Amino acid sequence: MSLSTTPTPTRWERFRDSYVWYSFKRDRTAQLCLAVFLCLVVAAFCAPLLAPTDPYDLRQIDILDSELPPFWIDGADERYTLGTDAQGRDLWSIILYGTRVSLLIGFGAVILQALLGVTFGLMAGYLGGRVDAFLMRLADIQLSFSTLMVAIVVGAVVKATLGSSFYSQYAVLMLVLIIGLAEWPQYARTVRASVLAEKNKEYVDAARVMGLRSRRIMFRHVLPNTLSPIFVISTVQIANAIISEAALSFLGLGMPETHPSLGSLIKAGFDYIQSGSWWITLIPGAVLVVLVLSINLLGDWLRDVMNPRLYKG
Amino acid sequence: MALLEVNQLDVRFALRQGEVRALRDVTFSLERGERLGIVGESGAGKSVAAFSLLNLISKPGFIAGGDIIFDGQPLTQMTERELRKIRGNRISMIFQDPMMTLNPVLSIGDQMVECLKAHRRISTREARAIALDRLRQVQIPSPEKRLDQYPHELSGGMRQRIIIAIALLLDPDIIIADEPTTALDVTIQAEIMALLLALCESHDVALILITHDLGVVSQVTQRMLVMYAGRVIEQGPTREIINDPQHPYTQGLLNALPQMATPGEKLNQIRGSMPSLTHLPSGCAFHPRCDFINRADGAPRSACIKQVPGFVTSGHCRVACHMVAEMLEERRLKEETP
Amino acid sequence: MSAQANTHAAPTTAVQDSEASAQPLLQIRNLRKRFSLSGDFLDQLRFKGGKLVRHQEYVHAINGVSLDIQRGEALCVVGESGCGKSTVARTVMGLIAPSSGEIHYDGARIDQLNSRQLLPYRKRMQMIFQNPYASLNPRMTIQQTLEEPLRLHHPGWNRQQVTDKVKEVMHSVGINPDWGKRFGHEFSGGQRQRIAIARALAVDPEFIVADEPISALDVSIQAQVLNLLMEAQQQRHLTYLFITHDLAVVEHFGTRVAVMYLGTVCEIATTATLFAQPRHPYTQALLSSIPRLDDDRPQHIRLSGEVPTPVDLPSGCVFHGRCPYANERCKQEIPVLQAQGDGTQVACHAVEEGRL
Repeated sequence: MSLSTTPTPTRWERFRDSYVWYSFKRDRTAQLCLAVFLCLVVAAFCAPLLAPTDPYDLRQIDILDSELPPFWIDGADERYTLGTDAQGRDLWSIILYGTRVSLLIGFGAVILQALLGVTFGLMAGYLGGRVDAFLMRLADIQLSFSTLMVAIVVGAVVKATLGSSFYSQYAVLMLVLIIGLAEWPQYARTVRASVLAEKNKEYVDAARVMGLRSRRIMFRHVLPNTLSPIFVISTVQIANAIISEAALSFLGLGMPETHPSLGSLIKAGFDYIQSGSWWITLIPGAVLVVLVLSINLLGDWLRDVMNPRLYKG
Repeated sequence: MALLEVNQLDVRFALRQGEVRALRDVTFSLERGERLGIVGESGAGKSVAAFSLLNLISKPGFIAGGDIIFDGQPLTQMTERELRKIRGNRISMIFQDPMMTLNPVLSIGDQMVECLKAHRRISTREARAIALDRLRQVQIPSPEKRLDQYPHELSGGMRQRIIIAIALLLDPDIIIADEPTTALDVTIQAEIMALLLALCESHDVALILITHDLGVVSQVTQRMLVMYAGRVIEQGPTREIINDPQHPYTQGLLNALPQMATPGEKLNQIRGSMPSLTHLPSGCAFHPRCDFINRADGAPRSACIKQVPGFVTSGHCRVACHMVAEMLEERRLKEETP
Repeated sequence: MSAQANTHAAPTTAVQDSEASAQPLLQIRNLRKRFSLSGDFLDQLRFKGGKLVRHQEYVHAINGVSLDIQRGEALCVVGESGCGKSTVARTVMGLIAPSSGEIHYDGARIDQLNSRQLLPYRKRMQMIFQNPYASLNPRMTIQQTLEEPLRLHHPGWNRQQVTDKVKEVMHSVGINPDWGKRFGHEFSGGQRQRIAIARALAVDPEFIVADEPISALDVSIQAQVLNLLMEAQQQRHLTYLFITHDLAVVEHFGTRVAVMYLGTVCEIATTATLFAQPRHPYTQALLSSIPRLDDDRPQHIRLSGEVPTPVDLPSGCVFHGRCPYANERCKQEIPVLQAQGDGTQVACHAVEEGRL
């Protein structure tokens, strides 16, 4: 038998032999997207090192430098490669910081969604019956409120009770909470669907016959086998969360302009398009598109590789 | 001339691990009205053989060499258009899962009429009459009613009867049946097999029966091929192989059946399992599981490990085994010496 | 359909074969299980004649099954798909709660226990499943799979004891103990079934329910696994409840056989008796339809009709629609298991009346 002669492969060898790695090696789009995405992430989180100025530091901003064009246009200032915004902040620096805020909210919201959604989905799928009915109706109700509604309500409540300065101080946390709460049902539904499929497999019966408690079966046996769809949906959800955040910020429900995300940058620049300073809104817009597109394409690739069935597209 | 001749058929699959030879060196012929069994365990290549006969191998698989000659025409060189005239018309196929053939949203009658009209220029009325006649032949109770029923309204046994009726629709020359009764219960299986046998005889249709069940093969077929890891390792008259198998694998397979052992005693098992086609052992693919790789005097027979065995003729059978070849050679020498 | 379900007579506990003096290891008494097909309460509401009525439909998977399993024997339950044999196995293991009836293990009733109370029995009774491709958790290594039951049932054991036990049990099923770090999908079907058997044997059970353990395997592998199960029975003094549809396996493996049809037991006999002298018409038909190697043309008993669905059970004897000997009484009255001279029990009016 071939098994007896070959040594047990290590984790790394297993990964190198896996289909994921194989298809990644052959897929140029996936490689490019991952490269772009990683560049953006690294750039965003190294913002304090890369950015020539600190846009949060009011002392470094000179209002006289406002609305300077990027370097390839006449009248550019060589200190500001991509020009400046209406407040005179260096656009390159503020985009780096803004991308960081956007990514932070995107990842944070998805982690919260995943925590809620996976737990509820797992319980609904595995325990079934009334728990299932209750949690899924809860999900339906949650889905019938749009993210916007949740944002308005939470925003209003927080601002009314704790004051708007509190809100803008903890805006990142607030947005994570809002987007996380609004979109956990996506996770819950995906997880529940794959739990229902896994639950009927014989290894779960074997675990029950062994005498294991429900909680252990759920987390140790069922959950690891639903990871592929969770992975796939996570990529899409990160992109969605970033877009949601941008949309909320654009409407003025999100990040304040003192700590802008990509969305609030677009909003801030939007008023100046008419006056010819198109770069203030279009450059952050382009960064947002590239970021979301690369995540979505990565998600598409991952879905094709891991599980073509469970994602509802 | 034989109805169907397969010569040195070689089918490969281009996988990421490299090219895999799913079938190699498959040679057999089928006479008009003959019933041939192809036996093997899962992964032996018996289904690939069936699909390649109709050139139905889909990517990444392809026919890399050899000929399939049906009624004097080489199937391997035909265009898709020409092949379609043969598929379903002169060679029809029965699958293990009836739902692979039946369209769940069309009534039985519509499917049969559609199939008839695709190959013949006849009116819907005539087509329905033929369909009804075929349903009667497969002994379905109240066939008129069945024409307007949908596949899901029928039981598994009934569906498989419908499939047989569809296979017979155009008076084919050959029916290829791929595990036709595996999904059915024993009592139903026996009925379906008896029906298929009777219909093949009365219509003078040749049958290629692909199965893992040696009992079924022994009752239905006249000749059989035993496949192992993509090769035919023994072929000949079914009775002869069942009663006196030559190849150690065929012997092992037959001996492993519970009915060949005393109740309560250990069964005669073959050790190990079939190699995957990506990791075929050198020489004879069966040698790591074979009990006869040593000569009678105990010395190992190196040919088994180094050389892929060719076919030797023993009685009416052709066997691909070094041990059998050696025994035959010795016997011939003995006969010549006096 | 529910009216006739109650007319099943009490199990024939009085008639047991001569070994009955010893208490059976497992007793199943008048077990019934029905599965609802009608969904939740709202789905069940229907309009009928202008009124809102609650309409419920059931699959009657088991309809009054009584079986005794003696220590050390292998009781085989045979039948065609949908006859309820797997439901019996799963009910015995507590994977499904019975609708009514009792299950006694070693004298104690176990069908009403909760999972915590069942824990001590989990160590004594284990199960082997049909599909070795689904019964191993794909994300766990073999070592983890085998350690899990040991850690649960022997919380006091230290690392060394657990690894030693895993090694021992892997060795005993013919799996190289060095392969523990591999995952299930790296093994062939036969090896996976060996691992599944090892998992069941790890806690040293005395009773094993095997639900079609070899039907997903190839012929040459079936023999290996069957040999392994027989070896384990001899070495560990196991008792088996063996579920299968393959009569050839039963003949080889079973001590006694129970033949099931549509959720009822129609004949129980020792293996030798059943194969030499099948009494129930269904058993006879079943035996005649095994494809044999020896005879060229089978003389199998043809059954008319198809197996009825367990949703709408036929009245009277469940087999009467396909039985060549059925008469009026068979259509009305449900036959009960009755002991014959040699200890065989048959549920058939024709046998009882001597018509057959």
